[in-house]
Amino acid sequence: MGTLQLEVVTPDRTVVSAEAEMVVCPGVEGEFGVLPQHVSLLSALKVGTLLYRVSGKDEHLFISGGFADVNNNVMTVLAESAERAADIDTARAQAARDRAEKRLAASDDSVDTARAEAALTRAVNRLRIAGLR
Amino acid sequence: MPSLKDVKMKIVGVGKTKQITKAMNMVASAKLRGAQARIERFRPYAAKYRQVLADLTGKVEENAHPLLAEREEKKSCAIVMVTSDRGLCGSFNGNIITRALGLAREKASAGMAVSFACIGRKGRDAARKAGYAMLTSYADRMGSIDFALAGSVAAEVIQGYETLTFDEVWLVHGEFVSMGHQPPRALRLLPLKAPEAGETPQESGEARCEYVYEPREEKLLAELLPRYVRVQIYRGLLDTSASEHAARMAAMDNATRNCNELINSLTLLYNKTRQASITSELIDIVGGAEALNG
Repeated sequence: MGTLQLEVVTPDRTVVSAEAEMVVCPGVEGEFGVLPQHVSLLSALKVGTLLYRVSGKDEHLFISGGFADVNNNVMTVLAESAERAADIDTARAQAARDRAEKRLAASDDSVDTARAEAALTRAVNRLRIAGLR
Repeated sequence: MPSLKDVKMKIVGVGKTKQITKAMNMVASAKLRGAQARIERFRPYAAKYRQVLADLTGKVEENAHPLLAEREEKKSCAIVMVTSDRGLCGSFNGNIITRALGLAREKASAGMAVSFACIGRKGRDAARKAGYAMLTSYADRMGSIDFALAGSVAAEVIQGYETLTFDEVWLVHGEFVSMGHQPPRALRLLPLKAPEAGETPQESGEARCEYVYEPREEKLLAELLPRYVRVQIYRGLLDTSASEHAARMAAMDNATRNCNELINSLTLLYNKTRQASITSELIDIVGGAEALNG
């Protein structure tokens, strides 16, 4: 069935550069899959898990939102941060989750709810992916 | 005529200064290598952003998003100035500051209130001394720049822009052109000028016509534009950091050379002084002997 070139790029490095058979992205309007020869697409991504399959093996990647651009069988994902399951610092993510939960529970005016919620989503997603490895 | 001991001490002193400048040169060159590598790693990300944005803005109306719209009446302006935290890098910081303050004067004479957001101690001190309003300042962060720093600066200016506190936002930073050339660069961040579509390769231009956008263009643009501001600020940070190290390398190289020159001329002086004192002693001895023989 062929493959498509997947590039996951963050400001600091190129995290993934691989020939993937399938990619599943957390789009802002729901998850979507991309197979080889997909039509040109530009989509915003939210915080979540990017799944891609290389030679029959599924790999999971945490991404903290960004964009996916598919063109000419090349898929470029621009994310502000992207981590492979093995690279996730579980202790740090757990600490972040606890901190965010505490802040949300306190919920007085001094707490920036949106920020705490965003931090919580990131932490929970990181932990889920770390658990998948 | 200085005494022998004075000259000797001076030579030792200059020699120590030379050691320091030489060490600083080496440290700067090591850091420059790191900074350049970061720019290289960032380039694909920035290039892709530019391409995507150029495509997208070509498809929507000119003023489709508030961050793109030019305001008719401009009353205030923010300048984001990126400098280094430390000196000893030649005229590098001075050039950036002169450029930024020049821009500030220009805007002020056009009737705008100017405020500064500074990253880097040198720029902050200069803006404060010139008496401009200080929006935010980050000192001692140039050694540990990351995307989050660019993010928080971007969030601040975008918020200011959206709440009509500013009608224009500029970025002034050092641009890394080459090892010997790091001119200051001023760039308008907001309202955003979309990158030229001409930068994208022609071949992909045709395939791009039948793009699927999710969500639709305007909404996507609203997500993309603030991130693009962040990308540009981050680029300014990286460029300034690399330029700083390059400028420091050049300055320290110069200083080391000057030290060598100084040591040479001082050694000459030392030898002359030594010879003069030997000669005068000899004259004394010979004179004494002559007198005895007399």
